[in-house]
Amino acid sequence: MSSKPRIVITGLGLTAPNGNSLAEFRANLLAGKARIAEIDVRHMGRQPAGVCDFDATKWQKRKEIRNGTRVGSISIYCAREALADAGLDWDRTDKSRVGVYLGITEHGNVETENEIHNISQFGNDTKYWTHHHNPRTVANNPAGEVTMNLGITGPHYTIGAACAAGNAGLIQAAQMLQLGEVDLAFAGGVSESIHTFGIFAGFKNQGALAQHADPNQASRPFDKDRNGIVISEGGAVYVLERLDDALARGARIIAEIAGWCINSDATDAVLPNPERQTECVRLALARAGMRPNDIHIVSTHATATALGDVQECTALRTVFTGCPDTRINNTKSFIGHCMGAAGALELAGNLPSFEDGWVHPTINITEIDPECALPGLVVNQAVRVPQVTAILNNSFGMLGINSALIVKKYGVA
Amino acid sequence: MTKEDIKQVVLDIIADIAPDEDLSGVKPEVRLRDQLSLDSMDFLDIVMELRKKHGIEVPEADYVQLASLDSCAEYLLPKFQAKAAK
Repeated sequence: MSSKPRIVITGLGLTAPNGNSLAEFRANLLAGKARIAEIDVRHMGRQPAGVCDFDATKWQKRKEIRNGTRVGSISIYCAREALADAGLDWDRTDKSRVGVYLGITEHGNVETENEIHNISQFGNDTKYWTHHHNPRTVANNPAGEVTMNLGITGPHYTIGAACAAGNAGLIQAAQMLQLGEVDLAFAGGVSESIHTFGIFAGFKNQGALAQHADPNQASRPFDKDRNGIVISEGGAVYVLERLDDALARGARIIAEIAGWCINSDATDAVLPNPERQTECVRLALARAGMRPNDIHIVSTHATATALGDVQECTALRTVFTGCPDTRINNTKSFIGHCMGAAGALELAGNLPSFEDGWVHPTINITEIDPECALPGLVVNQAVRVPQVTAILNNSFGMLGINSALIVKKYGVA
Repeated sequence: MTKEDIKQVVLDIIADIAPDEDLSGVKPEVRLRDQLSLDSMDFLDIVMELRKKHGIEVPEADYVQLASLDSCAEYLLPKFQAKAAK
């Protein structure tokens, strides 16, 4: 990618179940603090779930919140926080040269389920179906709400990429910047999935929905007693720019996008394929011009399903055996699976390692599954390492979509 | 149900659908759109809430009757009375 413009991250806004800013999120990751609630899910009773408590009225009028969607509010909050973090002079920014690219796992299920419930209270008469349904459920809704809130007139759309969507949003933005389609991008991933019962029921009937007496211990990737996914909401939106533009305006550069790969298993709708995952990681490394041992943190995708965790570990063992400097962690053990936001949030929580040298752990491991006992896995306690200059962020999803994104510390060759 | 009651019904609905608006000084004779930030989707919300909460139907051809609080009261009063008589 050396002949193409270099792309850097210059701003970041997020909301996670355990933090509404990077500082709060990071502090809880280093301290080993999970935050999973129990919520009432329609037709399903109490379920563990990751719930965000950001203040939507910080950046939206109450009418905008009422007429829009939950994921629209998450997107706006994250984008506005990212904008503030980037230190941009927004009034002087050409809004027609700004793009919004947000990854989503699914969209529209929440509103559709709500309306089906609503008309069921009126004898299923569709004249009670809300006229807000279509603008709320079009697939571009989260990104479109951001453009309306910020007055952005450049391109916007969402990238549907199952649980690889957070990485996919960032990759799409980097590509559009390299192509010169935009000069500035808001990109990442978002999710409102805890507000749809369908995703809970689907995972439960697949035998992949986590249960535990203590919600904070329900999400336990790599643990011998893991029993499935904790569904969460959240979002992480980044400001991306071409390096030359960022330097010209004197921006603080958080990290540089070094390489990426998205590929497909083409084998099964739900079961991951470690061979394709291995190929995905290796191609991302090749495009970044890196060897495996150049990666200091692997942020894993593992969701705490019986098979998925083992499959990812198989892929990582294939690539990273003999890499003493590579540490491996997992963020879902703290916040559950934020679906479309997962990849973007999991990368965010690791970015401060470039500056502070700490690697947050994967928590909730009482007894490691021998098949997941990777060398370099950071278990239950954060560790300090001599340096962190490159992070590999894995995100995989249903229908066999794999993504690997590598970011590096700016200024490191 | 009086005309004043009906104006309050409409104001209560507007308070729900336009929660940022200050409704304390709404003039009943002035078009709602001229004094509040309401768009066509908001008027559809008013129609929907009249249907859901009060069982009142407003045909599309009559939407213009909802222009002001006074015209709302004038138009809706017979409908509320007919509803009460059932």
